[in-house]
Amino acid sequence: MPEPVISVKGVSKKYRIGLADKKSDTIMATILKGIKSPLTNLKRIRNLSKLKDEDESIFWALKDVSFDVQEGEVLGIIGHNGAGKSTLLKLLSQITEPSAGEIRLNGRVAALLEVGTGFHPELTGRENIYMNGTILGMRKKEIDKKLNEIIDFSGVEKHLDTPVKFYSSGMRVRLGFSVAAHLEPEILIIDEVLSVGDAEFQKKCLGKMEDVSKNGRTVLFVSHNLDAVRSLCSKAILLKTGQLDFNSDVHAVIDRYISNYKTNILRRDFDAHDDAPGIPELKLLSAELISDSTDGILTIDTELKLIFKFYSDKQFSDFNLSLVLWSVSGTCIFNSITSLCAISKGEHYSQLTIPGGLLTNGAYNIELYFVSKSTKLFNIPELFVFELMDASRNGIMFGTGKGIVRPNLSFTIDNNRHVKS
Amino acid sequence: MQQQITIIRATRGWRGINIAELIHYKDLLWFLTIRGIKAKYAQSVLGVSWAVIQPLFSTLVFTVIFGSVAKIDSNGVPYFLFSFVALVPWTFFANTLTDSANSLVANAAMINKVYFPRLVLPLSSILSKGVDFIIGFFLLVIFLFIYRVTPGWELIYLPWLILVLLMTSLGIGMILSAMAVQYRDVKHAMTFAVQLLMYAAPVVYPTTNVPSQYQWAYSLNPMVGVIEGFRAIFLHTIDFPYHWVTMGSIVSVLLFVFSLFYFRRMERVFADVA
Repeated sequence: MPEPVISVKGVSKKYRIGLADKKSDTIMATILKGIKSPLTNLKRIRNLSKLKDEDESIFWALKDVSFDVQEGEVLGIIGHNGAGKSTLLKLLSQITEPSAGEIRLNGRVAALLEVGTGFHPELTGRENIYMNGTILGMRKKEIDKKLNEIIDFSGVEKHLDTPVKFYSSGMRVRLGFSVAAHLEPEILIIDEVLSVGDAEFQKKCLGKMEDVSKNGRTVLFVSHNLDAVRSLCSKAILLKTGQLDFNSDVHAVIDRYISNYKTNILRRDFDAHDDAPGIPELKLLSAELISDSTDGILTIDTELKLIFKFYSDKQFSDFNLSLVLWSVSGTCIFNSITSLCAISKGEHYSQLTIPGGLLTNGAYNIELYFVSKSTKLFNIPELFVFELMDASRNGIMFGTGKGIVRPNLSFTIDNNRHVKS
Repeated sequence: MQQQITIIRATRGWRGINIAELIHYKDLLWFLTIRGIKAKYAQSVLGVSWAVIQPLFSTLVFTVIFGSVAKIDSNGVPYFLFSFVALVPWTFFANTLTDSANSLVANAAMINKVYFPRLVLPLSSILSKGVDFIIGFFLLVIFLFIYRVTPGWELIYLPWLILVLLMTSLGIGMILSAMAVQYRDVKHAMTFAVQLLMYAAPVVYPTTNVPSQYQWAYSLNPMVGVIEGFRAIFLHTIDFPYHWVTMGSIVSVLLFVFSLFYFRRMERVFADVA
């Protein structure tokens, strides 16, 4: 077997997470804390970069991860939120150092963790092509040579001499991706950049990435979009809480990822106030998913009721909750938003009903956002994880139909024309 | 094609600068510098004229307050020229300090997303201030012409002084920028520290006003040699101060070398704490 292009051996990365401050309970203690705060701040900030002591505020974002990638392989990296995907990419792209272990890269690396890094709003599109290109490690000469190609690919030639601050966000993304697409590294590392831009441009990008891998270059691709991973990658690794869970061909890994999903999480209680997700002034206390199913099996016909209980320590005006339903393959199914209201100090409840006969079968997860004045206070990804089974149907067709939802609409065949007015 | 092997592992202790890598990224340095200049003067009515206004108005205020009201000795030359000559290098020094100290924090988003030698950020903020310095310098030439002052043969020492100025600015700038990533206090302190520091350098008064037994300690500040050197060249206030400039050169070289190592040492945690 030839020498691997990427060889990751026993790589770990630890971070320090902030521990909650002890609350002072007397006026005197508060004053004392205020006086001592420069000292405690100094200690805390110094410790951000010192990770020697193994105390409870150390968090292992990655632990003892090893794998090899051969030349020309397209490797997908999948895992839940917080599994360590982004940390792994940051290590591979040299943005930060591992705490232990070693990575060997055989060839020039380009990492695309963001589209359009270094874009300056006051500079024109043309100037930003050079800015972004050189940040990604290209030389001016290389960019000169490819400038026309980059401009053609981006489709913004008309506005090339306009400052980027007047661009729409879509144009900015297109320009950024065009620059990145014309890098010619031996190893290309890509993080979720396809989740931006319109469908047509995404298609163009996917095509470009396929070209890259066909030319024998190695690609690492991180995405929540399992369909994209499946179509692009030949192999994949699955990360789970910082550790390598599975390393195999892409279909086996995706199957495993989906089967991990099948343990339904239908109730979350956060009894200890300090551990409850949220910000100090606002905490989620519990979340429940109640179904009308009698045997505990959720099907596409089951009505789902979601009940959230949260506690607020102060008043919030223009407050709302926003709920996003994601499919396991990373497609957003819908986003439902409560109307704006003012909440006072105390406990509050919120309820949402997803009717039966709306979703198609498959695994889902729910993300909940707490919002005030159109600004996110906090969010909880993967609050619930559940799978909907196919209901026994009267029809002849089984298996997943087309489309991301399967609404039970009134769709009939008759001899007469009945139009309800 | 030449295969390039990169090994990524935890590093410890002090490391030197990777010159080859810096050379590879020289175009990035250039575009960051251009970006710094263009972005600064974009959408402003007076544009680059601001580079003239800053030292000019400071000089006018100093001339009125320190020259006419407080009647500070100016070694026998017009106070206006006396302080303007000092303000050309000083404005550069002060501006590069504030700008490079913020350079890493202001570009934290970039540091978190792409790998490139982080050193280009403070370097480019110093280079982009070079434009202001050159403009200030031309203004100085105009004033010398108006006052009919001819620089002496000591003009050959000008590159020496500029080198000391660059190494001092870069040295302190790199240390501050690396510290500012972790301690945001640097940013708050810089705004007024630069103003106070001006009084620790002979900008509004001559070094000859400092008691002679303390002058050697005073000249440990590399800006003393630079400013008095500028005055000696352009205004003939004193003989060229070899001893002060030499002292300043030694300090600036030490500072520069230390800052390079310090920056590299801190570099590895930038992305984790920025």
